[in-house]
Amino acid sequence: MAGNGTNAVRPRLKRLRWLGPAMMGAVVGWPGWVGSEPPELPPFSPRSGYEFARPETRAIQDDEFANPGLFWIERGAELWRSPAGPGERSCHSCHGAATAMAGTAATYPKIDEVVARLVNLEQRINLCRTRHVGAEPYPLESDPLLSLSAYVTRQSAGEPLRVRIDGRAREWFERGRELYRERVGQMNVACTQCHDQRVGHLLRAERISQGQINGFPAYLLRWGTVSSVHRRFQFCNEQARAEPLPIGSDDYNALQLYVAWRGTGLVVEAPAVRR
Amino acid sequence: MRMILAVWLPAAVALAAAVPSTAGSDPIAIYQIVGDAIPAPLDDLDGDPVRGRAIVAGRKGNCLACHEAPIPEEPFHGNLGPPLDGIGSRASSGALRLRLVAPRTLNPDTVMPAFHQVEGLRRVLAPHRGSPILAAQEIEDVIAYLLTLR
Repeated sequence: MAGNGTNAVRPRLKRLRWLGPAMMGAVVGWPGWVGSEPPELPPFSPRSGYEFARPETRAIQDDEFANPGLFWIERGAELWRSPAGPGERSCHSCHGAATAMAGTAATYPKIDEVVARLVNLEQRINLCRTRHVGAEPYPLESDPLLSLSAYVTRQSAGEPLRVRIDGRAREWFERGRELYRERVGQMNVACTQCHDQRVGHLLRAERISQGQINGFPAYLLRWGTVSSVHRRFQFCNEQARAEPLPIGSDDYNALQLYVAWRGTGLVVEAPAVRR
Repeated sequence: MRMILAVWLPAAVALAAAVPSTAGSDPIAIYQIVGDAIPAPLDDLDGDPVRGRAIVAGRKGNCLACHEAPIPEEPFHGNLGPPLDGIGSRASSGALRLRLVAPRTLNPDTVMPAFHQVEGLRRVLAPHRGSPILAAQEIEDVIAYLLTLR
C-alpha cells in the first residue's frame, strides 16, 4: 500500500512528475504495485472534477454541514452495524469498525478471486452480503447500497486512487480503454474526444472535465441523490443520444476500471458533490 | 434504404455515387461531395433563414452547445467549435453543407456530429434511431441562416 514518502517509495518519485499540482490535497507517494513496476501511466496530469466544478458546487462539498452526501454516509454507518440474514450478522460482525476499510475503495474495481470477474465496490458489498451475511443482495443503485458504498468510500477519503490493471484485470482494462475510444450514439462521440481532447472547453455552461471518478459515489445536484459511477456513465451516454448500458454490466465495470486508472494518484473525495 | 458512397480523393476531387432506391420515405437525401463542399442544396430545397435561426438557437439543432452565435437571448453558448459570427463571409453554402452533413470527411477526429446521417452509428438511443438529427429541409434552413451571419 502507499507509503508516505517511505524509502520504498522514494526511488519512484521521479515518476510522479505527471501528477502535477494536486489542488485537492497532497498526493503522497506512488500509489501501489509494491514489488512490481507500474504498468504504464496516464498520458496527462489527472485533475479532479472538483477543479472543474463551479465555485458554488465546490462550496457545498467543502461545507460539512451543507454537504448532502453526508446523509448517505450516516445511513451507511447505521447499515454497517445493522444485523441481517439468518445469523443476524452485520458488516461490523466480521470487519469491526469501518476504519478497517481504510484504503479499500481506492483499489476498486478489482478482480474478485471467487467469481474470477471484475467487480466494483457496490457489487463487492453485495457479494459480502450473500456470502457472509446470508442476506439478499441490495438492488443496484438502491439507497442502502449507495449509502454503504459511500460510507466505505469515506474510509478512503484522501487516499490516492490505485487500481490494479495487471494479471486478470488486464483484459478488463483493455476492454475499458476500447470502450473509452468507441464512438457511440447519434452524436457519434467517444469519451476521449471530450475528456482527453477538449478538457476545459465549455459545453453550454458546463466546463468539460477529465471525467475523473475519484469523487464517486457522488452527490449529484441535478438529481438530488448520490449516484454510482455507472449511473453517471449512463447519463453521459444519454447526452450523446446513445443507449446506456445496464448498471453493473461488465462493460461499465471495464470502463470504470480504465477511468479509475486514468485517475491514478487522485485522492478519493467522499462525499463529493458534482452538478 | 438509399446508399451513399463517397470517395474522398486527396486531389480535392471527390466523387459520390448514389444508388437510388424505390423507398419514398428515406430520411436521408442523396448528395454529392465536390472538393470540400456539397454544392447542391439537399433535395433541391430552399432554406429559410428565420426557421434556420430557430433551429440553431433551440434544442433541435442545439448548435449553441458548442458554438457561440449572435443569438443574445440564449445564455450559455459553448466553445468546443468555432464561433459562428461572420461564418457567412468565411464559408460558402456548399462548404457549410458538407460540414453539417458529413464533417468527418474533412476531419475524422471532429467532435461535430453528422447532422444528416443514420448509417454507421452505434447504440443510437431508441427514439432517435433511424432519424437524422436534422432533416434535409432543416439543413437547408440552417445554411440559409448561417449565410446571413456576415
